[in-house]
Amino acid sequence: MKTWKLSTLDALFAAIAGKQTLYIPADVAGQPVFARWEPGLAMTRALNTGRSAKDLFFPQVEDLARFRVAGKTVSVSPAQALQEPFVIFGVRACDCRSFDILDSVFLAEPADTFYQARREQATVVTLACSQPEETCFCTSLGIDPQAPGGDVSCWMAEDTLYLQANTEKGEALLASLPRLEDGEKPDADSSVFDKLPLKDLDFSAFSGKALMDWFNSPVWERLSQSCLGCGSCTFVCPTCQCYDVRDFDTGHGVQRYRCWDSCMYSDFTMMAHGTNRPTQKERFRQRFMHKLVYHPNNHGGQIGCVGCGRCLQKCPISMNIVKVANALKEGKA
Amino acid sequence: MQSRVIEKAASLLESGACTRVLGWKAGAFFYDVTPAVFTCAQEVREQMVFNPFCGANLSKYLIAESRKEGRIAVFLKPCDTFSFVQLQKEHRIARDKVWAVGVQCRGMCDIDSLKELGLKGVTAVEEAEDDLRVTTLYQEKTISRKEALSPRCHTCKSRKLLDCDELIGDQGQDLPSSRFAQVEALEAMTPEERFAFWRGELSKCIRCNACRNVCPACSCEKCVFDNPNSGVQNKAAASSFEENLFHIIRAFHVAGRCTDCGECTRVCPQHIPLHLLNRKFIKDMNEFYGPYQAGGDFDAKPPMLAFTLDDPEASIITNGRDGQ
Repeated sequence: MKTWKLSTLDALFAAIAGKQTLYIPADVAGQPVFARWEPGLAMTRALNTGRSAKDLFFPQVEDLARFRVAGKTVSVSPAQALQEPFVIFGVRACDCRSFDILDSVFLAEPADTFYQARREQATVVTLACSQPEETCFCTSLGIDPQAPGGDVSCWMAEDTLYLQANTEKGEALLASLPRLEDGEKPDADSSVFDKLPLKDLDFSAFSGKALMDWFNSPVWERLSQSCLGCGSCTFVCPTCQCYDVRDFDTGHGVQRYRCWDSCMYSDFTMMAHGTNRPTQKERFRQRFMHKLVYHPNNHGGQIGCVGCGRCLQKCPISMNIVKVANALKEGKA
Repeated sequence: MQSRVIEKAASLLESGACTRVLGWKAGAFFYDVTPAVFTCAQEVREQMVFNPFCGANLSKYLIAESRKEGRIAVFLKPCDTFSFVQLQKEHRIARDKVWAVGVQCRGMCDIDSLKELGLKGVTAVEEAEDDLRVTTLYQEKTISRKEALSPRCHTCKSRKLLDCDELIGDQGQDLPSSRFAQVEALEAMTPEERFAFWRGELSKCIRCNACRNVCPACSCEKCVFDNPNSGVQNKAAASSFEENLFHIIRAFHVAGRCTDCGECTRVCPQHIPLHLLNRKFIKDMNEFYGPYQAGGDFDAKPPMLAFTLDDPEASIITNGRDGQ
């Protein structure tokens, strides 16, 4: 294990950024977000970013192609997948797990080349948690917030940053850094994680076998009643992966891009015959069935949630996956 | 206040005066309350809450709820009643299907305000007169209720409870409010500074539409931005131009109808101070056309729907030959 003095964290960032683009969680216009490091940019004091780390691999908007019309000629220029290596520092264990979930969708054949390129170019440096928020429940999903994965795992204790490479990419990153010293991290105190109010959530009931029972549960009506139909939960969620492909009329051609979509929206997966989810009840049900039932059913039991707590913090009416899971299991809302 | 609200809700159902009650349901914590419709008194007594974190404006739900069978009781805070009146002026609520209970308010609290104070892992809050006793994963701390207020409540414009069928607490009065101070600060900036401020804020937007969907003035059955046939349907800003314009267009659309309830800023997951756009319009309208409060009464003519010859922009009828 390697060490670095926290008082000179800026020098570590400068050393990494000297070789490749570096993103760190920082406050930009008052909001914690993964931002491109440049001299002077400091890490946020917030536990986690408002938007998740998925932005770096699956951005909200990305161009796919441009069509230019000149007279009777149409020229097409497809967008290039990312070819520059980058480092993302300070990813929490929950967001790191979300990459596994996104991989199971985007890297399944046929792989999404834009996503794949970013995953290949990225070196993920995770950061262990020591001060969780009350909304954290990653431990309920089998995640250890004090032992995050990624290419390099980091811990902060007292005045020292401890770094441990987990992969070849991680080894290469650490080897490229000067002045790293050897050291062993002290044992971390985990008592605060035992006090988390949502630590005992049990998601094991949502096996694929009972799919239609969950689908037809009477609780959806009531749970979805006050849903505003906005996309806050989907857009801050590290595992939401739905997107739409749209054309923007530039006046002299077309810019084809893809952008995040939300199953909470009335025009989500609109088809020639119209929509198959005519009311908010069906849209709301889709989101939670996907996380709790469909995704695990299709991906070896992996629940489509990482317990980051963002939807608990951001939903305008405080409806969230914890309330939904509990209501489904109790059979009443 | 909590017990009076809950008893009132239960008795309205028991007496048969209402078939449904629109209130709040408790969550895992004290602050994660969800608007909910109750149909039985027992459920109200077991699950309904009314605490300082019940900040959501319930008026907009009445558009859908007042179209259903039977009468619904609703608990409205003073600022919510302005939206209630405005929506009636726009013929969006069937008034006879609603039993409005006005609940006097001394400002609502917001979990984000607690977090701003540096409190992490907040698991419980107890209200004690003018203080809040806060329990977190790391400490116990007593803070003043004022520190925990939602930012919008610091510039509360009125404690009047408008058009209610009954009140819990006293009728209130308009308050001297400094709500335009931030707008004035923006007006005092140079255009470049102001542009930089709004670019910084609006570039945070993730187009989740929470501001639009919560807004009582945004009550179109189908928003133009959701309509595949409109030609401007959009799920994300394709360019920074669109990013800026979405919110500015929305502010124009609700101008003269926005009651300044502040829900847009409360729900924004990216903490964009969207209400400042609306307030700028309110301030301008007040200065151009005389003081006007949307939802303030049933009679006043909305400035955007009225015209007089001394209009500051009389060019509409004088064809640009102002003053002739």
